[in-house]
Formats: sequence, C-alpha cells, structure tokens
Amino acid sequence: MMLMEYPQNRSDTVRTEAALPKDVILDCQAEKIYYGDFLAVRDSHVPIHKNQITGFIGPSGCGKSTVLKSINRMNDLIRGFRFEGKVHFHGTDIYRKEVDAVAVRRNIGMVFQQPNPFSMSIYENVAFGLRLNRFSGNMDEKVENALRGAALWDEVKNKLKNNGLSLSGGQQQRLCIARAIATEPQVLLMDEPCSALDPIATRQIEELMVELKKRFTVAIVTHNMQQAMRVADQTVFFAVDVSKGGRTGYLVEMGSTSQLFENPKEKLTKDYLRGDFS
Amino acid sequence: MNQDHSLPAEFHLPNLERRAMEPRALKSIVLSAITIAAAVIACIPLFSVLILLLYRGAQRLSLEVFHTLPPTAFEAGGGFGNAIVGTLFMVGIAALISVPFGVLAAIYLAELGPHSRVAQIARFCAKTMTGLPSILAGVFAYAAVVLIMGSYSAWAGGIALSLLMVPIVMLTAEEAIKMVPQPMKDAAFGMGCTPLQSMLKVVLPVAMPGIMTGVVLAVARAAGETAPLLFTALFSDYWLQANEPTASLAVLIYNYSGMPFENQIELAWTASLVLVLMVFILNIVSRTIGRRKKI
Repeated sequence: MMLMEYPQNRSDTVRTEAALPKDVILDCQAEKIYYGDFLAVRDSHVPIHKNQITGFIGPSGCGKSTVLKSINRMNDLIRGFRFEGKVHFHGTDIYRKEVDAVAVRRNIGMVFQQPNPFSMSIYENVAFGLRLNRFSGNMDEKVENALRGAALWDEVKNKLKNNGLSLSGGQQQRLCIARAIATEPQVLLMDEPCSALDPIATRQIEELMVELKKRFTVAIVTHNMQQAMRVADQTVFFAVDVSKGGRTGYLVEMGSTSQLFENPKEKLTKDYLRGDFS
Repeated sequence: MNQDHSLPAEFHLPNLERRAMEPRALKSIVLSAITIAAAVIACIPLFSVLILLLYRGAQRLSLEVFHTLPPTAFEAGGGFGNAIVGTLFMVGIAALISVPFGVLAAIYLAELGPHSRVAQIARFCAKTMTGLPSILAGVFAYAAVVLIMGSYSAWAGGIALSLLMVPIVMLTAEEAIKMVPQPMKDAAFGMGCTPLQSMLKVVLPVAMPGIMTGVVLAVARAAGETAPLLFTALFSDYWLQANEPTASLAVLIYNYSGMPFENQIELAWTASLVLVLMVFILNIVSRTIGRRKKI
C-alpha cells in the first residue's frame, strides 16, 4: 500500500489482522452474487494466499470470472450487480459502505482477457497508474522496472514513445501487466490473460506469472486446466448448479494444485478433470 | 497426364465459362448499371450548383468583397465584409454555446447514465431536434431573446444557430464516446480511475477526432442557415455591432438575390460562392480529422 493513503483502512488493518491466518492476504466470502434477479454465484469462499498463485478453473458460466472481478469491485460497473458476503482485505471488508471502490482497485490490480492498453505511448501506459497516484519520484526508473518485471523491457526499450497499440497481442498483454504492477498492487487479478494469445505468448506470460508471485499475490481465472496445473499453487474448482432452473455457479472444491488434480475429494471434480463433462 | 484423375463416364465437369447473355447475368448487369446511374445522378445537383456558382460568382470574387461594406442602391462596387464577419461571429457564439453543452450532455448519455430516464428523454429530444425546421429555431430565439432584449442582435442569431447545433454535437459526440472500446474503459477503471479521470485521461482523447468531426459538421450546417437569422439577426449594412442587427452571408444572399439591381445580384452570387467554399473547406477539415482517428 505504499502509494495509497487511506487512514481508515490503515487503522482497521492494525485492529483485525491477527484474526486471519498469517498467509491469507485476501479472503473472499461470496455468499450470493446477483446480476439483477439472476443468481450468478453462491457459497464460494476463496482465501487467496500471499505470494502464491491461485487458479480458478471450471466450465463456462460457472462464475469464476464473476468471483474474480468481485475481488476488486470491477463488477460494480455492471448494471444490476449485487454482492452478498464479504471480501476481507487486510481485515477490512471491501464491500463496506465506507470503502471507496476506486481505492480498492488501486490496491488490487487487474489484467483482462483482451489485452487493453490505452491509446497512448508505451511509456505513458506504464506511467498511467503512477500519475493517478500522484507519484513524484523517478518516473523513468519506475517505468523501466515495471517493464522489466513484465519481461517486456528489452523488446520496447528503444520505442517507448510508440503507441501501446502498435505492439503484438502478447506484447500488449505484457504491457498491461507492466501497467498493473507499476503501482505495486498487493494482489494482481488476471482474468483469462492468455485466452487471446498464441502458445508462445502464453508461455511467456506463464513464466512471467511465476516470477511475479515472488513480489505479488496472483489470482488467475483460466479455462485451461493444464495452465492451472503449470502455474497455480492453489486451485479452486467451480461448477454450475442447474438444479433450481437457473445457472448458478458455486465453489466445489479448493486445495493445493497437486492435491486437487491428483487426489480430488469431490466426485464432480474428478469427473471434470477426467473430461466427463465440460 | 491426368490419367490417374480421369473421371467416371457419367461424371461431367461443370461449365465454368462466363456467358453474358444468360438471363441471370443480364439481370445483374442491368441492375448494376441502374445503381451506377443513380449514384451519378445524385452528384449532379451539387456539381451543377458548384459550376454555376463558379461561373456567376467568380466574376466579382476579389479581395475587395472581403473588406468592404455592401453598396447602396445605385452604387457600384462594394462587398460583404461585414456579412462574413457577422457569419463567423454568430457561428462562433453558437459553437461556444453548443460544444460544451453538447459534449457534456454526450458524456452523460454515453457513460454516466445511458439507461436512465433522463438520458432516454434527452436522446429522443435531440433526435427530434435534428429534424426541427430551422425556421422554428429562429422563431424560438425571436421570442426568447429578441423580444426580451428589445432588439435584433448577433447574440440572438448565435443562440438560434446553437439550437440547431446542440443536437448534432450531442449525438455525434455520444457515438464517438461509445465507439471507444469497452476493454479500454475497463482498463481505466481497473487502474483505479474515478469516472472523471477515466473520461479525461482515457476516453475523451480517443473520442476526440469523432467529436471534432461532429462539431465541424454542425458548424458547417449552422454557417449556411438563413431562416433562423431572418428572425434574430436580421441584416445590417454596417460593420458588426453585437447588440444591433447583424449581417450574415446567408441573409445577404436572400436579400440581394431578390433586388432589381445588377450589382447586388452579382454580389449575391459571389457571396453564395464564398459561403459554399467555407462549408466545403469545413467538410474537408472534418474528414481530415476523422481520418486521423486511430484507436
């Protein structure tokens, strides 16, 4: 939280941090998530462990992206969205009335499915968040570090003034990662960050994620089980409940990646991993 | 050489030759010809107007007409410098009113409350307003400004023109803002932008070429309007005084074309040419800005 000053959050941090397990940096307890009348997700409790990668897997429409985007309140922008439950971040429930969603998003970064750099220079893309936070130190150094952190520096160091949209898809996505980590958020959410990329770019991003977890905490939604196996430390499996006529996603099982893939507790997880349904 | 691929006896190659006299091909040719003819015919009015204007208007086109006042009845020479200044001044007033107004409204329509009741009503009103007969804008400004101020004025003219410009600016700006890709807007919010920051730093810079195109088109339309100015600015033979009746190119053309004096009629032709050229240049400017658009 080095760049942010939100005193009310600070004091809460001190008060309640002890109540949570030491390595859980963010604890998402989604009781019910609605879009209008539609119950999209129920009963999903996902603790996010510090400096680990948490992978969200499950069939389409199981609400994994919905849960992920609830963690930094991106869903607030969607009409009819309603979240019942709590998301504890440093002991503060980010859905409390007094919490500013904008401040939450500045501390919990996000990388989207489609690479979405701004239509401005590569340099300005990375500097964007720093300028938002009125960063006044050595901007060049920060930008370089972020680009190095996103394994993009060598490819763009001679064309920092070029428009971010002139890069290839994989480079754009790494630019988006650089933009997100420039402000050093504590948690980085990634919503299927490789689904629009080719296998080579995907591999680069995956290697990058493993690097990133040394400094950040990462939560990633992926429709690719192999990807979860390759990068995630913890894996969360969601499924769709169609029993009551709706299509409600819920958390079936969560565990360390090796345990979940090799020795799942739930039959549903077993079936899904075997490929019996999708 | 194609022994291996030889076809069974009952299997024939389809005929792939082009045959122009076949009914299907013939129909296609005739219909294509009709559409081309229609496209050409659609261009005829503009080109005939341009040619006639060049032929009749260019005779008097000289520096003199740009900086002199209109002649009196039997006077020779003269020009319409005051009308050019008047048109520019009133269109400027109209732009100063309608651009901030229209763009702010567009931001609300496109981003802040696109589904709200207010937005729906405003959008409907704007669409209706674009079809509003311009003379009604004049009558409205007459009642709202001229009667209250007690005099025809450039201000009233500008306000009447702004009534025509606001809906154009508003609707084109809304479109331009909506054209900014949603993922880019998401990225701005994901970085922790407030709605204002997202708008100023990310959305408006990308939408700017589209907004400028709309503004220039609206200006071009307002510059050629006559009816609203007849009721509000009227005409004047003197240089611009904003609180007094004010000359404009459109009204000058209207007045002088009906006069029985050769000199005035010639000036009306030349004024028409100047006005068309102004609109023409504005349209080219708007196209140039539009083409620079790059997400």
